[in-house]
Amino acid sequence: MSAPGWVICQYCDALYRARALAPAQLARCASCRAVLGRGGRLDAGRLLALTVAAGIVFVIANASPVITLSAHGQFNHATLLQAVAAMLRGSDAAIGVMVGVTLFVVPLLQIALLAWVLAFARLRRRAPAFVPAMRVLQLIHPWSMTEVLLLGVLVAIVKLSASLSVITGAGTYAIVALTLLITLIAKRDTAALWELGGR
Amino acid sequence: MKVARARDFGLIGCRTCGLANVAAAGSCRRCGTPLAARKPASIGRTWALLLAALLLYIPANVLPVMYTSSLGTGSSSTILGGVVDFWHAGSWGIALVIFVASVAVPTVKFLVIGTLLVSSQRCSSWARLQRTQLYRAIEFIGYWSMLDVIVVALVCSLVQFQFIGTAEPRVGIVFFGLAVVLTMLAAMSFDPRLIWDAPAARRMGEG
Repeated sequence: MSAPGWVICQYCDALYRARALAPAQLARCASCRAVLGRGGRLDAGRLLALTVAAGIVFVIANASPVITLSAHGQFNHATLLQAVAAMLRGSDAAIGVMVGVTLFVVPLLQIALLAWVLAFARLRRRAPAFVPAMRVLQLIHPWSMTEVLLLGVLVAIVKLSASLSVITGAGTYAIVALTLLITLIAKRDTAALWELGGR
Repeated sequence: MKVARARDFGLIGCRTCGLANVAAAGSCRRCGTPLAARKPASIGRTWALLLAALLLYIPANVLPVMYTSSLGTGSSSTILGGVVDFWHAGSWGIALVIFVASVAVPTVKFLVIGTLLVSSQRCSSWARLQRTQLYRAIEFIGYWSMLDVIVVALVCSLVQFQFIGTAEPRVGIVFFGLAVVLTMLAAMSFDPRLIWDAPAARRMGEG
């Protein structure tokens, strides 16, 4: 645990003496029940492997069409970035910005920064620019919306299949996989990374 | 059970890395983040963001969010209109999902953040545990409201057929998206530790 031996709850300011936790043990705040810490060492190697997998799936999810539509012999498809670009060109550029940031920029940054920090953590070292990287990760965390995209794709498929024929493909399945992987890597408690070797 | 509070011992938990620091230090020993006992001007900022979100949520519901035309006839739909259309088409599950994400979640968020603000301003000791849990719930569900924005973006970029049909976004969805972003910012600017502060601590602090 951290050097001075105190743990402070970020939700209610309760103060506790730090205690070593056994693997799979969970420390909860006595007054507001927030999770204060988890036992067990962070397995940087495994987390890095998942992050690299997320990076590969991210490329597939963005390179292939999310949905393809066909109607009377005409085909139309859209990748995520094409959807963003279409919004940015139109009169509702604000929508393009919101969608582009939450579905492309933030997940990409999360994957890249986590890979950077974890690659060094595997060698029990702090990455160069560790503190800014961790700060950015914390700042962008609430704005990562891949799981909402998955639900959005499902809603769009139901909506469109009423009048047109909808074709799903690699891009659609890549979003399912990406949602799982991002949940595994980015929603993980990375507090243990702060305890890596000094400044 | 009596729980000690960090502030009473002159300690501050770093908001970036969580390390316990001596309040007099000014910045975190481990990561250099400036230390603040409570988020600055939390109540005022949260009220401002919440009211702005509430204001934008009105045009978001009144104005159309999407315009669709097929074979020469066009129609605009609002958020609630979209829910009703799904319901009539027999897709009750999808209607429910959109209703929850676009109407129920934002409404609950407005009510919960408003309640948290009023009760914290009055230094109420009522249901502190439950209020903190409500705050965590709001943090967790808030971003699902972006669902409709994503659906409109997907549908509009896909439905671009000559003669057969096109779909275009309408300004209502911009108001809706901005309202969601503002409620998220409001939740982030609220400091849940204010729920637990005693009136004496508040007067000494920045409030």
